[in-house]
Amino acid sequence: MVEHGDIRVVHRGGSKINFREPVITNDSKFLLCASGECVKVFSTSTEECVHDLRGHTDLVTGVIIKPSNHLQAYSCSADGTVRLWDFTDGILIKTYVIGHPIYSIHASASHEGVVFVVTSMHADKRPDLLQLVAVHLPRSGDQMVEARELSAVLSDVSSNPLAIVFGRGGEYIASTKGLKLEVYLFRKQKAYSFFLKEDNKKGRRNTFTCVACHPKDDCIATGHEDGKIRLWRNFNQKKEYTYSTLHWHHSAVSSLCFTPEGTNLLSGGIESVLVQWRYNQEDQREFLPRLGAAITHITVSPDGSLFFTSHSDNKITIIQSCLKVSAAIQGLVKGESVTTDLMMDPRSKSLVLNGKPGHLQFYSLQRDKLLYNLDVVQQEYIHESGLQQFEVVKAAFDASGNWLATVEERKQKGAEVELNLKLWEFDEQTQSFVLNTTISAPHEAQITGMCFCHSTDNQTTMLVSTSKDGHFKAWQLDAQAHTEDERPSWSCDFVGAYHSLVPECCCFSADGSLLAVSFQEVVTVWSTASWELLTTLSQPPKAIRNLCFGRLSCSKYLLGTTGNNLLCCWNLLTCSLEWSTSMDVSLLLADPISENMAAFCRQAGSTDLFVFKPSEPRPLFSQKAVCPGKVTRAIFAPREEMLESCEESSQWLNRSQLYFLTQHMDLMTFTTKVEEDRLMASSKQLVIDDTVAMTPFYLLLGKHRQQDSGDAQSGISTERTPLPQGSVAIKELLQTPAHVLPSTSFLCSMFVQSLLISVTEPREENKATEEEMESEKEEEDSEEEMESGTTRPEQAPLGRHAAESAAPALTKAQVRELRRVKKLDRSWFAGLLDS
Amino acid sequence: MASFKPTKIQVYPKLGEKVTQDTLYWKNYKAPVQIKEFGAITNIDFSPVAPHNFAVTAFTRVHIYGPFSQEPVKTFTRFKDTAYSGRFRSDGQLLVAGCEDSVVRLFDVSGKVALRMFKGHTKAVHVTDFTSDSYQILTGSDDYTCRLWDIPNATELNTYQEHTDYIRCGVTSKLNRDLFITGSYDHTLKMFDARLDKSVMTMDHGHPVENLLLYPSEGLLVSAGGRYVKVWDLLKGGQPLVSMKNHHKTVTCLSLGSNGQRLLSASLDRHVKVYNTTNYKVVHNFDYAASILSLGLAPDDESIVVGMTNGILSVKHRKSPEESKETSGQQRRKPSYRVFVKGKNYVPKQDDYLVSKPVKQHLAKYDKQLKRFNVSKALDTALETWLRRRKPEITVAVIKELDRRGTLKNALAGRDEQSLFHLLNFLIGNLVDPRFAPVLVTTAEMILDIYRSVIGQSPVVDRQLLRLQDLLEREIDYQKDLLEVLGMLDTMFASSIPRKEVPCSGISRSNGLGQGEASTSRPQLQAT
Repeated sequence: MVEHGDIRVVHRGGSKINFREPVITNDSKFLLCASGECVKVFSTSTEECVHDLRGHTDLVTGVIIKPSNHLQAYSCSADGTVRLWDFTDGILIKTYVIGHPIYSIHASASHEGVVFVVTSMHADKRPDLLQLVAVHLPRSGDQMVEARELSAVLSDVSSNPLAIVFGRGGEYIASTKGLKLEVYLFRKQKAYSFFLKEDNKKGRRNTFTCVACHPKDDCIATGHEDGKIRLWRNFNQKKEYTYSTLHWHHSAVSSLCFTPEGTNLLSGGIESVLVQWRYNQEDQREFLPRLGAAITHITVSPDGSLFFTSHSDNKITIIQSCLKVSAAIQGLVKGESVTTDLMMDPRSKSLVLNGKPGHLQFYSLQRDKLLYNLDVVQQEYIHESGLQQFEVVKAAFDASGNWLATVEERKQKGAEVELNLKLWEFDEQTQSFVLNTTISAPHEAQITGMCFCHSTDNQTTMLVSTSKDGHFKAWQLDAQAHTEDERPSWSCDFVGAYHSLVPECCCFSADGSLLAVSFQEVVTVWSTASWELLTTLSQPPKAIRNLCFGRLSCSKYLLGTTGNNLLCCWNLLTCSLEWSTSMDVSLLLADPISENMAAFCRQAGSTDLFVFKPSEPRPLFSQKAVCPGKVTRAIFAPREEMLESCEESSQWLNRSQLYFLTQHMDLMTFTTKVEEDRLMASSKQLVIDDTVAMTPFYLLLGKHRQQDSGDAQSGISTERTPLPQGSVAIKELLQTPAHVLPSTSFLCSMFVQSLLISVTEPREENKATEEEMESEKEEEDSEEEMESGTTRPEQAPLGRHAAESAAPALTKAQVRELRRVKKLDRSWFAGLLDS
Repeated sequence: MASFKPTKIQVYPKLGEKVTQDTLYWKNYKAPVQIKEFGAITNIDFSPVAPHNFAVTAFTRVHIYGPFSQEPVKTFTRFKDTAYSGRFRSDGQLLVAGCEDSVVRLFDVSGKVALRMFKGHTKAVHVTDFTSDSYQILTGSDDYTCRLWDIPNATELNTYQEHTDYIRCGVTSKLNRDLFITGSYDHTLKMFDARLDKSVMTMDHGHPVENLLLYPSEGLLVSAGGRYVKVWDLLKGGQPLVSMKNHHKTVTCLSLGSNGQRLLSASLDRHVKVYNTTNYKVVHNFDYAASILSLGLAPDDESIVVGMTNGILSVKHRKSPEESKETSGQQRRKPSYRVFVKGKNYVPKQDDYLVSKPVKQHLAKYDKQLKRFNVSKALDTALETWLRRRKPEITVAVIKELDRRGTLKNALAGRDEQSLFHLLNFLIGNLVDPRFAPVLVTTAEMILDIYRSVIGQSPVVDRQLLRLQDLLEREIDYQKDLLEVLGMLDTMFASSIPRKEVPCSGISRSNGLGQGEASTSRPQLQAT
């Protein structure tokens, strides 16, 4: 066993962004999402991920904006730390060590220097008993601070962050768990509890699911499992509290949120309908239906102009306050299981798997972004739990990516399985897949395997599907069309069976001349040209699990794994067993562009990986304990550019990359040192400022526009900042007679000055952050504007504050480096060319 | 916000023939014009010159019809008995016809009285034709002879007595004035050369020959007799080329269409079949009301004329290109469309700010109800009379969609007598349709579950339920019979497929797995 120090298993993309409520910055420009072990910062205008805040060593469980500084954010994690970040630059400012795993974090402006975290204080005694604890954050210059001053506020709280909320500027805190609503008034230092009966008259559950507090009024809204919303009032005494009930949702209310002015209440649930209730006129409500998937969280931007809903399909939708969807940030959709295998789209080189119900998702691994969803089922999805609907269970691409075959299935209790086989043709004009043929009920029972013939020279494309009804069918494209307007469609070419056994796997040889179908413990090899049964191979007594032909020079080998932990390799020239070895292979797959094969073996609760060539006795690479649990899905993805690694053990990664899904649905991959170095080098250039349009032209002319639009709009910029050509100012400049304008030399010097500022100014003041520079620049340029009021009055001092606290974290060399990067940024130029 | 996805209406493949270029071409005819003649129509001949009148021989008359007239433009009635085989000369000026009384008469197309009478045959003359030099006439008769006549003198030139049975068909060469071919009930075709005294070629058709046809190139000869249509290669000395058996009764008439690209054959089984002359496959089929005796095709397939035993002449005219387009165009454009077009082609100027108007999604009535989750109303709209009768697949698709949403029970419940009657009526009409059966059987079960308690309260509903029960019993019997037939077929197929030895590797044999017998079968019918 060779040690491979330079090959590592890393998480790669596709992390959850809907785990916790997204947090919006005060200027509504950025969205902070807890995503795995990091916090992702998205731009609300471009929906791109600006940067990741990395540093936590375990799942991030909560993010909040620091109430006293709107440019900093706290995040808490299950690793027992709270970290303070400067999210505009992605810099870790401070780490507070709590010592116990934290489940959520809350803060309020009226409690300065204190954050409230939910943690299990007595982890050893009762791990399920959680407490809300006030943590006094010590003031200290150190990076790493241990927070010692903990005081319990409420005991026995829910781990769900939606169940705890501050009310009315931090006067009280409301917490729900089970059937109990608890309100703690800070002024009185007193907690009141209100209980509900377990079931209401119709036998539906009354359990609290979420809570929200009115920002101006003493009113608490709670959501319940039976779809009701209760509005609690007069709760600052034990006896005379009241509540009113609103009911629209038919199943549990998963999230509630008041708008900042308190005029509206937003609610959402599994129905995927955003409901807007008018406060105090609750019979007036507005709906935004069909948001795609169950709503898990709702947030409103601080100025109330944008709503953000995160959904169970790993999506965040940005909604304007007029209930119009403006954008969506979509992550990799991962359900409980991947029913279709992982696949590579040969055209876009994207990862393909089933995503939203009834859809196939195309996910770019390079850009870590969802490209698009292909609607396979084409039916209205009914958002109701317990309803059996069509699911995409199988999919396959042909070698060129021209054809896609999908199988959708709907199983109903007491009824036979409904199956549809659909064949999609790639349309060059629209650059998407277009439905060509639908075959309803292609088999009488569930389809167990499906594959395309992968030979490139073959003229006709062929698809083989195996089913539990004991048959396998070959489908072929009809060459001739009967009339001109009719396009060629697919039809069945051959039906095969073997001793009424159930076929499990099927595989075409590399040249497409042979088809291997495994019937329980027997492998049958068929000629695709004449559909003759050529030979049978078997290794009893257990059924074949995986079947795979070798590629290139090893194409004479057929590999199979059996249920009794055997990996067999047959030579098809001699029709005999070449070699076999005993290992519990859970997954066997071949690299499409090399001879290499990968086998994931289960051993003692974790999975080992072996990479080998069928013709060679020694494995090329092996790694023990790749991940805990069983690996059932993996894929070789061809690289865009080849790596030049000369080390023997990592050569198999040169041309393709191996991705796999763990039991917990994490997408992992193997990287080499060479690749990591390259990534590090490229990531330095990747730090892009979001305000792309902040060009010297903008500095010169953009302020005129800002004056025009006034302060109301300055905070938010959901639409892209218009480029200076279209602005009123430049028209003025071009249309006004030359003799009225100031002299060219004056304009020129202004222009040149604006160019110089970024280089000279920060050096004097020793400022680090870019945000700082922007506001600085604005101040510099808008002397005359100051009389009418600056555009962002609160931002400048805040920015300075941020910079001061960030200052010790940066060495002088780092500052210089940052400045260099800033100078290199020529993205505004591209922006100009585009328009 | 994604838009509402309308209910998917399953498109079922049309059973029966596939739509091909040929079916489109041959279907592009207007409704037939039917003309009643006095007796069985034995022959139809088109004039070779424009306007391509055609002569129809029926009973004791020969009628000449214009291309579009429904009344005969000319009638020849000077026959003592049944007339046969009225044919035009190549210039369209003269017409010859045989008769039961063995006299052959020659007419001027514009005149009335016979110009010449050719007497010499002793029995009915069923075959008459002009030779290609247009000065001679060929006749064939039931007295087993065929004769050549000179038109100017009305004298007999030659007699051939080689056939041993009635001569019922004959054709002259259009390229050589001396060649002609006759077919007889003695199963033979004989080719004669007028310069010689005997036949030059004899071919055996195997059945009494009813009709003959020469290709325009005259290299191929087509003969019809019995249920067979046979093609002979004359240039290879009368070698049989193809034999086609597509009719199930005697083929009576042959014709060439589409400039020799298609061959048409008519038969007593009331069908006209169209063959492709390159591969001799049937590409289209026409059905008629009675047994067909004669068939004529106007040049360029402008019309198809068919004469039947019951004396009805059916004339089908080809649709003009405008007409065939109009029918499809009318459905697309509705009168109110123009209102919405207003301002659509306005090109925005440079400074204009474009406010894009959201495209309004058009939804069907039942989809509108489904969108609002009004399940009962959705089912009501889907059960409207028109949809129920004309497009049962839409009704079934809506029922399926309701079932998928888990609300079919709610939609079916709470109906009054009238709507339940309609629902049951629909079920009775479509339950046994294999395309709809899986959906409708569950629906029927649900209806029975829901309304079990009220059975017996309404005589109307009870009657429907009894009908449903009756229908199901019949269907079950039918399915049983089908299964029996299937079992019989399976045994037949199994015995007809030769057992094949499968080469086995050493391992599999040593493991005691005998040679695998592969049961393979071609798919029967695939829905695409």
